[in-house]
Amino acid sequence: MSLWPTEPMVQASLVAIILVSIGIIFTLTYFKKWGWLWREWITTVDHKKIGIMYLICALLMLFRGGVDALLMRIQLAFPDLQFLDAQHYNEIFTTHGTIMILFMAMPFLFAMFNIVVPLQIGARDVAFPYLNAVSFWLFFFGALLFNISFVLGGAPDAGWVNYPPLSELTFSPGPGIDYYLLSLQISGIGSIATGINFLVTILKMRAPGMSMMRMPMFSWSVLASCIVIIFAFPALTAALALLSLDRIVGTHFFTMLHGGNPMMYMNLFWIWGHPEVYIVILPAYGVFSEVVSTFSKKRLFGYKSMVASLLLISVASYLVWVHHFFTMGSSAGVNSFFAVASMAIAIPTGVKVFNWLFTMFRGRIRLSLPMLWMLAFIPTFALGGATGVMLAVAPADYQFHNSYFLIAHFHQVLIGGVVYGMLAGLYYWWPKMFGFQLVEKLGKWAFWLFNIGFYVCFMPQYALGLMGMTRRMYEYPSGMGWNGLNQVSTVGAFIMGIGFLLIVAQILYSIRHGKRDTTGDPWNGRTLEWSLPSPVPHYNFVRIPEVKGRDAWWMMKQEKGDEATSTPSSSIQPIHMPNSSGLPFLMSLAFFVAGFGLVFHQFALAAVGGIGIGICLFLRSLEQDEGYMLSPKEIRRIESAQGRL
Amino acid sequence: MALAQHEVVRAQTEANRPLEYDEDGQRHILGFWLFLATDLVLFACLFATYQVLVTHTDGGPVLSELFELGGVTAETILLLTSSFTGGLAIYEMRRGNLRGLIGWLVFTVMLGLAFIGIEVYEFVTFVGEGATMQRSAALSAFFTLVGTHGLHVSFGILWMISVIVQLLRFGIQPVTARKAFIAGLYWHFLDVVWVFVFSAVYLMGVLG
Ligand code: HEM
Ligand SMILES: [Cu+2]
Repeated sequence: MSLWPTEPMVQASLVAIILVSIGIIFTLTYFKKWGWLWREWITTVDHKKIGIMYLICALLMLFRGGVDALLMRIQLAFPDLQFLDAQHYNEIFTTHGTIMILFMAMPFLFAMFNIVVPLQIGARDVAFPYLNAVSFWLFFFGALLFNISFVLGGAPDAGWVNYPPLSELTFSPGPGIDYYLLSLQISGIGSIATGINFLVTILKMRAPGMSMMRMPMFSWSVLASCIVIIFAFPALTAALALLSLDRIVGTHFFTMLHGGNPMMYMNLFWIWGHPEVYIVILPAYGVFSEVVSTFSKKRLFGYKSMVASLLLISVASYLVWVHHFFTMGSSAGVNSFFAVASMAIAIPTGVKVFNWLFTMFRGRIRLSLPMLWMLAFIPTFALGGATGVMLAVAPADYQFHNSYFLIAHFHQVLIGGVVYGMLAGLYYWWPKMFGFQLVEKLGKWAFWLFNIGFYVCFMPQYALGLMGMTRRMYEYPSGMGWNGLNQVSTVGAFIMGIGFLLIVAQILYSIRHGKRDTTGDPWNGRTLEWSLPSPVPHYNFVRIPEVKGRDAWWMMKQEKGDEATSTPSSSIQPIHMPNSSGLPFLMSLAFFVAGFGLVFHQFALAAVGGIGIGICLFLRSLEQDEGYMLSPKEIRRIESAQGRL
Repeated sequence: MALAQHEVVRAQTEANRPLEYDEDGQRHILGFWLFLATDLVLFACLFATYQVLVTHTDGGPVLSELFELGGVTAETILLLTSSFTGGLAIYEMRRGNLRGLIGWLVFTVMLGLAFIGIEVYEFVTFVGEGATMQRSAALSAFFTLVGTHGLHVSFGILWMISVIVQLLRFGIQPVTARKAFIAGLYWHFLDVVWVFVFSAVYLMGVLG
């Protein structure tokens, strides 16, 4: 099989990829930046840098997923359009969904975990810095493997849920599905490691005095999300592994012949899949909790009930998975159980919404960008939750299932919840990451366009769903009465696209013109990350702070006033730091090679990758990595450059 | 910097906790318990799949007729004993006895190898009788569940060998003590999983 594609669209993408790669290589060589890239980024184990790398990847993937979305919306703008053929449409909705959940939402969250959690809990790094780098590079190479599929052999085309028997070898013989299986498997291992890493970080590395009930709400939400990752992701690992065995070894787990049972895949997939939606939404709740209290200049209302509802949701998220296939013939008893359980999740969610509202009540509200996204989130998410409850009514779901009503529901919770949440977090913590603020004006334009675009795009889809338009159709005849609403929806999608571009423009413009953040505390924040200079030095805290209550930084400011930020020079002690390492990158590269070999059933290549992984593991195991000490002199130099001495 | 026997014991009593539980060690051990939780969920999924598919033989070989309890009982005894000897290794480690530690680890590895040997023999026999992984869903599920456990055990053997190498090079100190302890945890975990494999797959297969 020749790898050079024959279709114009694929050829164009390939040429674009090659040109961009050449451009990057040229720029790096011209400016002699290879050594810098290797030392400062590729081998780093610093959680803040890893967070920034996650962020860049997430934004790139948001762009790619967004382009996919616009292509689909163009195709659906008019009846009988021939813009995309059926095969391309299938590939594009599959890559769109998979990328948005696994290669956009997940790294966006992990960016926030990495950048914020250690700073909020007063730690110098995560529990396992080396493992953290492994997680990132596994994600990176998983995403890379997924993204090259479109130009090398064909993208997966069985939907982001990848149900058998369609995804079995008999019906999908090409490499597309294998790309899906292996890239998700590789990045999934990284996600599990991240879950473990941050749970241990939060449990074991809090500053003295920070009891669990004094922990900032974002860190609580990360804790809840990590618990769900730990108990849900292995089910995805299993589902992917068994389907891979079917395809590569010839077993019969989910085939139509020899006793296979495709329903088993669906169960395993959604035992991960439903908790997954809570993995991505819980940290967004956390961001909103931080934002609402900072920008209302008040303590978070109902802290304890916030914690309780987070934990309740994380447990309950395991008890609802069957609502994704009410129509597949379970008994009425089973369907009823899962229907009621699904609806029950709305209760703790409602508690949180009221707590946010009460936090704002009589607060001194500032309408900065993070707060705007927070405010837009509440009605959007409430409506999304309400349609969720409608879908959870099992008999009614026979009507809604797999229609555009469902599409509108989950975009409303995922965009209105997760994307708004991550954007709020991005704006909120941006100065902390980069040391300058993003200009408000462009951001406000982006905000309004994105929001209006959202409603214009998705409200019509509820109606289309009720009018019988099913998901995943690549064209529809005129005369169904769907034309107008589809056109409106496409217009909305483009408005959102412009909104996204304005965010990019805002970032680029602010790099030159943004206001420097010299205080480290531009929003008058309440939690410990705002006690540090921006950007934060690589050791985070000169001295690990003593925490005396919730909103620790706020209390310190009340107590000490302007003195709160300065460090007495005499108190500076040497700091123990972990060493950088190239092994996480190399090991993940080996994973990539092994995955690529398996995609094309080239077992020799896969074995080379496998041996590479083994060697890296062994080298790491034999390494006595004790880190290094940062001298007080060096620390004093850095601190005084930040004006902190 | 290897510690001599009495130093190990003194370091432990001074800190009022075993050597492997220094600050770094506590983090790693907690992290490893969480990893075991994920592995447990993975096995739970494979068990569930097995239970769903075990009757789906597609007219091919039936598992309960293939099973030879003799070999499996031997496997069980080997693995249970190896878990015990693994425990003895950690016991010796806490007493600061490097030779005892390494000796018991080597013994544990040998028992593990014997276990894998019998398992491979069983698999080869099955395949010889036409009961391959590709024959039916029930067989796919069987080989995958039991094979995944077997792969874990094989990985555990390689891991313990690597720990032995490190103990020989660096002696007992907080890092190697931690690694030996964690490898031991992993080994006990595989033993527990095996008890479930033995009862849910083999015993229930033969009895049911
Ligand atoms: C009270 C809250 C919620 C309820 C009761 C609910 C209920 C449901 C139900 C019953 C379905 C399946 C409908 C069908 O396939 O016919 C569904 C689909 C979905 N929901 Fe929700 N949901 C809620 C919140 C959320 C949240 C917070 C998210 C994500 C952040 C989310 C993401 C999704 C996704 C991605 C799907 C579709 C997956 C697919 O088929 O491709 N939902 N929801
Ligand atoms: Cu769900």
